Amino acid sequence: MIRLEPRLAPSRTMVYGAPLLAVVLTLITGAALFSALGYNPLQSLYLFFIQPISDSYGITELLLKATPLTLCAVGLAVGFRGNVWNIGAEGQLTMGAITAGAIAVTWHDSTSSLMIPIMIVAGLAGGMAWAAIPALLKTRFHANEILTSLMLTYVATFFLGYLVNGPLRDPEGFNFPESRMFGDAALLPMLVEESRLHIGALIALFVVILGWVMMARTLIGFQVKVVGLTPLAAHYAGFSPKKVVWMSLLLGGALAGLAGMFEVAGPIGQLQPVISPGYGFTAIIVAFLGRLHPIGILLAALLVALSYLGGETVQMELSLPLAVTGVFQGMLLFFLLACDVLINYRLSIGFKGKTA
Amino acid sequence: MRLELSGITKAFPACIANDHVNFDVKAGEIHALLGENGAGKSTLVKMIYGIMQPDEGSIIWEGKSVQIENPGMARKLGIGMVFQHFSLFESMSVLENVALGINEKGPLKELAKRIIEVSEKYGLPLDPDRHIHTLSVGERQRVEIVRCLLQDPSLIIMDEPTSVLTPQEVDKLFVTLRRLREEGRSILYISHKLDEIKALCDRATILRAGKVVGDCDPSKESARSMAQMMVGEEIKIPAKNLNAKVGEDCLVVENLSMSTNDVFVADLDNVTFSVKSGEIFGIAGVAGNGQNNLLSLLSGERLSAQGQAIRINGLPVGHLGSHKRRKLGLAFVPEERLGHGTVPEMSLADNTVLSGHGVSDLVQMGWLRFSKAHRLAKKIIDAFDVRTGGSKSEAKSLSGGNLQKFIIGRELLKSPQLLIVAQPTWGVDAGAAAAIHQALMDLRDQGCAILVVSQDLDELFAITDRMAVISHGRLSEARPTHETTVEQVGLLMGGLFDQVDAWDEEAQR
Repeated sequence: MIRLEPRLAPSRTMVYGAPLLAVVLTLITGAALFSALGYNPLQSLYLFFIQPISDSYGITELLLKATPLTLCAVGLAVGFRGNVWNIGAEGQLTMGAITAGAIAVTWHDSTSSLMIPIMIVAGLAGGMAWAAIPALLKTRFHANEILTSLMLTYVATFFLGYLVNGPLRDPEGFNFPESRMFGDAALLPMLVEESRLHIGALIALFVVILGWVMMARTLIGFQVKVVGLTPLAAHYAGFSPKKVVWMSLLLGGALAGLAGMFEVAGPIGQLQPVISPGYGFTAIIVAFLGRLHPIGILLAALLVALSYLGGETVQMELSLPLAVTGVFQGMLLFFLLACDVLINYRLSIGFKGKTA
Repeated sequence: MRLELSGITKAFPACIANDHVNFDVKAGEIHALLGENGAGKSTLVKMIYGIMQPDEGSIIWEGKSVQIENPGMARKLGIGMVFQHFSLFESMSVLENVALGINEKGPLKELAKRIIEVSEKYGLPLDPDRHIHTLSVGERQRVEIVRCLLQDPSLIIMDEPTSVLTPQEVDKLFVTLRRLREEGRSILYISHKLDEIKALCDRATILRAGKVVGDCDPSKESARSMAQMMVGEEIKIPAKNLNAKVGEDCLVVENLSMSTNDVFVADLDNVTFSVKSGEIFGIAGVAGNGQNNLLSLLSGERLSAQGQAIRINGLPVGHLGSHKRRKLGLAFVPEERLGHGTVPEMSLADNTVLSGHGVSDLVQMGWLRFSKAHRLAKKIIDAFDVRTGGSKSEAKSLSGGNLQKFIIGRELLKSPQLLIVAQPTWGVDAGAAAAIHQALMDLRDQGCAILVVSQDLDELFAITDRMAVISHGRLSEARPTHETTVEQVGLLMGGLFDQVDAWDEEAQR
């Protein structure tokens, strides 16, 4: 009989080992899945995890996809540390894309070099405003932010659908539900020639460092951690849980909004009915896979970005459905949560179980 | 003899909860278990009800030695228990709650019939279909009692049953309990309320610090003599530094009131007292009599609508948060060391920031100064002899006594003008307790105003200059400790506030 025994102290090895173990288990299960579907498991895993990054273009695509994941996850992780469960980064990302995109569409023939900075501010503000709603509902009415932020995601998505079908539709676009293409001044500068990788990736890297410094070195980060770990001690210290709710939701919203702005002003170049393949939701997996630590999040974002690319590759090469991406991401989170048990418990094998 | 305990011993890592306890309960008697909080009453009954097992000693039930492994087995033997804190599901009906809590399973309709039968027989009217959340506290207790009676127990354990009841409900409960006694059932009645025990119980066993210190017939004893047994007689009163310079009022609390919806917590009722610079003021009382509310109002963790009701050095602070009060020279050591006074998962250095931000140089312009926090933590560790791996150790890795020394040291090194300490030496070994007491008295001699809220009378008599007693949210008059006797405090702790004004009686003598 296999039993779980509580450990005397949380295992340090397992804090870092659990994500690795989760990746290994995902690979094994993935291989089993592929062979059950009748494909060569090793070749499939190669197509999923190696092939997409075997050339420099693949690597720029990986970084491109990791950018919004990193931005959203760094913001979410601050909230998760403080027990604020913002599940609506997807909606905040969409809102940021809308506000930035609306500016690009309105002044589509502008050549001003101020376009990008203004759109960045608009994207930050859009995401922040959308996250302010759950913050207000939580601090004023004790409404659960998990529900409100999640539900607002759908509102944002439908609002975007309305805009591209109505006010912001391209007048010369043959009635397709899309905005006109942004002008050159409203597109992010490229980081690598002949690729889609834009300067947003550098900004995301900068945000990772800022997030790290904030959580590790400042009183704000300290407050978030104390409120999240021990609310009673936060009262004792005189930290306000409400402030932490506001701060972490606004920060998470702003970073998600920035990610949305980067998507429309980067690889997409216009407003479309769908802007993100679920980056805002996947960022939750990324945040936990990265142990809510900005550096860990960066690594996790690269891994999960690979699952998007790998999913596309096996769609093309093996004609597997898109769902395979979601399956891999889901397995990753599932195994991570399961492996986390090992931080506080150890497996013990034997028959000395107590009878109740 | 219905139940006999002999040599029952139960040790926890920090203390010995029961030390060779012997006592017995006869058939058809109401037997009181009397003692202060922490005397070992709850541990003892948990072993009788099978929630815990004794380390040593034997339990003899109706003449046979038994090992009670779990509450289910206790119920099968005929032992029932009514807990102080109810275990009822609010959104479910009385019937459903009863069905969940009993061993046998059967059709609900029959059970409903039996609930009505039992409740009518014992004068405990109950409607099985009502939902718990619609019931008053007294009615909820009836559900617990009826659930217990349905098992037809021959011994019923009642843990502080009257703590949440109104006087009228208490009278009704006593009628029921006497009827149960007439039927030959035994009741083990846990309380520290002396007048109730005198009115109801046939015999009383008194516990102090885990040991049985006496048996008596409550009807033949005075409340005073029982109080004396409960709190102990051999309290040494050390020579007070009567020459200490006592200054002006530092903390003034005037007509502070508060009401909550929580039935397990006493409301505060016009609490008035003051603490002068250079004195230690003690507040005695059994837990749950309003201390926690008072402390959170004084520390600023809970804000008061009456800003004027709390004043520090003449400034109204009732409406200020804990951070602002800290800037006015207040330091606070809460009762709960782990999870209130410190964050368990954070290092000792990080934990210095908890109460040090804004009043020291540990945080500058929003940046944490780690080197300074580590230096401060090391200073506290050295100055107060904290046994730990170092300033990087997590708070939860320290023993209770060492963590308490660390917290007291952290607050003392800020040289506060006013220090509020809750249970300074609760669960702390004797050596550490002496060190903490000495540190508090030294701080007093430096002119700090100190308020100590404690259940430990020995401690209060040892270190305080003046003291008062809190009971049901009311605070007695304060008086100098050296003019106060243990009996008086015991009487006030027992809730005999109205009947006997112990302070005055003594003054007239």
